[in-house]
Amino acid sequence: MTALLTVEHLTMRFGGLTAVDDVSFTALASDITGVIGPNGAGKTTCFNCITGFYKPTVGQVTLAGRNGIVQLEQLPGAKIARQGVARTFQNIRLFDGMTVLENLLVAQHHALMRASGFTVLGLIGWPGYTRAERAAIDKARYWLQQAGLEAEADREAGTLPYGAQRRVEIARAMCTDPVLLCLDEPAAGLNPRESADLNQLLYTIRDQHTCGILLIEHDMSVVMTVCDHIVVLDYGRKIADGTPAEVKADPAVIRAYLGEDEEAA
Amino acid sequence: MDYFLQQLVNGLTLGAIYGLIAIGYTMVYGILGMINFAHGEVYMIGAFLSMICLLVLGAVGITWIPFALAITLVIAMAFAAAYGWTIERIAYRPLRGSFRLAPLISAIGVSIFLQNYVQLAQGARPKPIPPVISGRVTLLDTGGLTVAMSYTQMLIIAITILLLVGFTWLITSTPLGRAQRATEQDQTMAALVGIDVNRTISITFVMGAALAAVAGLMVTLYYGVIDFFLGFLAGVKAFTAAVLGGIGSLPGAVLGGLLIGLIEAFWSGYFSIEYKDVAVFSILVLVLIFRPTGLLGRPEIEKV
Repeated sequence: MTALLTVEHLTMRFGGLTAVDDVSFTALASDITGVIGPNGAGKTTCFNCITGFYKPTVGQVTLAGRNGIVQLEQLPGAKIARQGVARTFQNIRLFDGMTVLENLLVAQHHALMRASGFTVLGLIGWPGYTRAERAAIDKARYWLQQAGLEAEADREAGTLPYGAQRRVEIARAMCTDPVLLCLDEPAAGLNPRESADLNQLLYTIRDQHTCGILLIEHDMSVVMTVCDHIVVLDYGRKIADGTPAEVKADPAVIRAYLGEDEEAA
Repeated sequence: MDYFLQQLVNGLTLGAIYGLIAIGYTMVYGILGMINFAHGEVYMIGAFLSMICLLVLGAVGITWIPFALAITLVIAMAFAAAYGWTIERIAYRPLRGSFRLAPLISAIGVSIFLQNYVQLAQGARPKPIPPVISGRVTLLDTGGLTVAMSYTQMLIIAITILLLVGFTWLITSTPLGRAQRATEQDQTMAALVGIDVNRTISITFVMGAALAAVAGLMVTLYYGVIDFFLGFLAGVKAFTAAVLGGIGSLPGAVLGGLLIGLIEAFWSGYFSIEYKDVAVFSILVLVLIFRPTGLLGRPEIEKV
């Protein structure tokens, strides 16, 4: 199987600080790929390079996207989104004042506009355009169902519990029809019950949709359960790359997580 | 009582005009967090466009009033919208991402530029226009004083209500409105889910300017005399209305506009007509001190 995302020699320097140092890895469309590492290992920086928030100092990020092979490092953030890369944030960024359903519809804005030929009639929702709108609502409903949130469709997004907001964020990202979904610490702050719901949603995305998932996480236990493939970073360098079992047994990973001379696990 | 009712009618008419202008301030503030001080000038230009259009239509012999007004309305809105779009494109967009005061100063510059431009192009003397709609309806006649509402006043209030209903629908239930609200809340995220943020901001300016042009047409009909300096005072009053209602809130802008109109009318009627502007701007000061979020504004929550 060809790689969905290929990261080659990715390096990001901020002045004298090298946050990500010569990292290379690949992610498959059929996998949940985890990028893990202790705090400050460069996970989020690596993520921001892939999703276009930063422009990497050195290196290439290649995506087998919707419209063929693209070099992500050359595109601005908004264009990257159009190539089929969706992301969520560590601190949830929903449109709080809008309902859950509206959050999912707004994510389909571009598709809706395309359906209406970018006309003013489409902007104000003319009848000829309602078919596209209905399809958008159907898709939104589908993802609400997958996220277990059908009952909350008309609630203001900001009033939902934390775990539910997380799932809305992922559902919203999926409404943009991504080929790659990037999740920044999706399990942070979730209780075990919410965490299990989240995993379920991730499995659905992996198994029933042609969308690869890249997630970063510093909580090992989460990553070990959901990921098929793990990349471990420490001080900006890649120290391990493999299946959860391989990574767990890797001495370099154990050292990075537990310290060199401190009490061994 | 009659006098009170008469001032109420006058105040509501005035308030409708302020409300329409205030919507432009509040929308731009909502989406960009800046006060578009050139907005009052767009309103003034709307008034001039209306006057020119009405005179031209009169000269070519289109005298059926409803038709002439409809054409004027469309033309004034379209041209003012073009002004709004251009102002944003030239004076604000290049400064986005600059320090916070930059677009504000730019706005003041645009405002002065437009005032002088109209003064040079149209002359400094006030321009009178013959009354377009005459006639009034007597609402109450108690022998002494009568309470009357002119057709112009009725038209102003009716068009305002119509526009507000249409506008509320636009914001709450169309894809455009959704995109606008999303952009207002989080521009980065809106761009990430595929909304063209620049386009959405442009449309916001276009809509605000079109509404200001409607207000411009109304003031031309209502007072029958306009000048190049008209936009300044009305602009600042509409801004006061937006602040009073809670800047960023659409219903707030309308409510604020109506209140400012009523305050102005009653103050002029019962106290002193010379001090009516003092009364209005005292409200601005009081609101800013005691209730900075306005009547319907939501308190700003600092994001962590």
